[in-house]
Amino acid sequence: MSSKKMWTTRVRESTLERFEPKDLLPDVQPAYVASWIYIFGVATIAAFVMLVASGLVLTFEGPAWWHTSSIGHFYNSIHLWSVELFFVFMVVHLWGKFWMAAWRGRRWMTWITGVISFFASIVTGFTGYLIQTNFDSQWIATQAKDSFNSVGIGAYFNALNTGQAMLIHVSLLPLVLGGLVVWHVILVRRKGVVPPIEAGGSE
Amino acid sequence: MSPQLSKHDPAKKWSGPTRKYDLIKEFVIAIVVVGLLAISLAALFSSPDEPALTLKSWAISDPADFIGTATGELAGTTVSAGYGAPYNTAAEGQVLGPLKLQKWAGVRIPINPADDFVIAPLAIDNDPAVVSAIAAWKAASVDQQGKWANAYADALGKSPKAITLPDPTGVFGPVPAIATGLYGLARTGALDGLLAAGDTPLPTNFTKPLLFLADSGTYFPDYAGARHLQGDQWGVMNETGSYPGQSWLWLYSFWYQIDPFKSSGNADVLVMATMTVLSLALLFMPFLPILRRVPEWIPIHRIIWRSWYRRKEE
Amino acid sequence: MKFLAIDLNHPAHYLTVGPVSVSYGNLVMIALVVALFVVALVLPFPSHSDDDERSHK
Repeated sequence: MSSKKMWTTRVRESTLERFEPKDLLPDVQPAYVASWIYIFGVATIAAFVMLVASGLVLTFEGPAWWHTSSIGHFYNSIHLWSVELFFVFMVVHLWGKFWMAAWRGRRWMTWITGVISFFASIVTGFTGYLIQTNFDSQWIATQAKDSFNSVGIGAYFNALNTGQAMLIHVSLLPLVLGGLVVWHVILVRRKGVVPPIEAGGSE
Repeated sequence: MSPQLSKHDPAKKWSGPTRKYDLIKEFVIAIVVVGLLAISLAALFSSPDEPALTLKSWAISDPADFIGTATGELAGTTVSAGYGAPYNTAAEGQVLGPLKLQKWAGVRIPINPADDFVIAPLAIDNDPAVVSAIAAWKAASVDQQGKWANAYADALGKSPKAITLPDPTGVFGPVPAIATGLYGLARTGALDGLLAAGDTPLPTNFTKPLLFLADSGTYFPDYAGARHLQGDQWGVMNETGSYPGQSWLWLYSFWYQIDPFKSSGNADVLVMATMTVLSLALLFMPFLPILRRVPEWIPIHRIIWRSWYRRKEE
Repeated sequence: MKFLAIDLNHPAHYLTVGPVSVSYGNLVMIALVVALFVVALVLPFPSHSDDDERSHK
């Protein structure tokens, strides 16, 4: 056996070692996973799918479409209500995970990717509000700029630059958020769902 | 008690009882249910779309405020004129103790409000009165410009509804003609395009027209205030109309309602700093000694896992 | 396709208690989050004991 493995071989072997198919797509789960609180993670992902789908339609037709087309306005409405559902489900999911102390058993990275996803979602939503090209976006832009300028990042991220906000909202942030969510879910699959808190200590 | 139900190390792979579970089916059901929910809400409630304000609508709806703001730009008394980084060096900006984060970013988006919002757009105006007024303005010293503009601003302040004032002694210089010229330009709609198209004829960057609009004394802020969008109205959380807004920003909005934030000139940096600390606490919860034990002490988990705990006892 | 069965394009109403002022729209969303959390905790989860398997060796 060659002691100098090819990169491809190394990546394949370490991937298969870390991600067994039975862990990634299990058809059983621990018996303690028996509460409706557990559906809110997948509900959040489902809302994210609706956001991307409706967002792609809006992207295809351009940012001004929804002002003049009733179908466009309808897709904007789906996008907006998907945002509301997304945050509702994500917050219930966050509360559930907090009260389960779901970071136990070396699951701190699952928690961290989840919290960063929460913050990234807020930033994504914010850039979305900026590109509405209506009064609300004008007001939000002129107010938010003061917060960004106060800490210096307004010099780099200009809330009044609709073009910048649009490209960030439509390309950069969905990739970042999508990547974070994939990482988060893979961590859940690899570590397994956190077991119940036992009496006499959480770790 | 069966061995696999006794205390389990949460870091170890679960080897206890399991149940059959269809992950893909759950995902598909979630997509269908959430999808139908989103589509139904959209059909039932639609979404808000209050049309954008323009410099044209501003000049037509609140001419005195427009004239007053244009004069203020020339006098250097508007928010933009005295902002500091990233637009100019007119002020230090907000500080967080010894940290001058706003200033340190530097002037990366240079804006000279008097020139950019008022003088430069009037270059296309052929009216002889405007042409000579602009020439007189440019020929004067900065000191003289300030005297004229501040005198006119003060006089307008005493006559809040005035669009122009007589100047028998010439103390206002060319300022009334410049302000009136800009007002005329705005009413045609040309100013919106002129301010936006500074760098390129096909603009996507609305920094200049938005900064100018935001300098408004009454038109823009009153329009927002009527919709509860101001900072001290929990505006960060709110939406136009009766639509739900961004309720997840409740804590961010909260700080602006109370002192010391409410009446501080550094409100924004103080709120950002506070939210950063709290966000970091949430992020690093697994490592915070007391906070991470809260779920144990307030046993909501006993409701979540009640059937499991009951099973253990049996 | 814009049905607008319920028209929300009118000024909002607010619940104001001291420094706290919340629009009815936001109040509904917040109440929904709390309600979903509570219901998720207390609603019995169907258990199919015949599906349970012993742990795998």
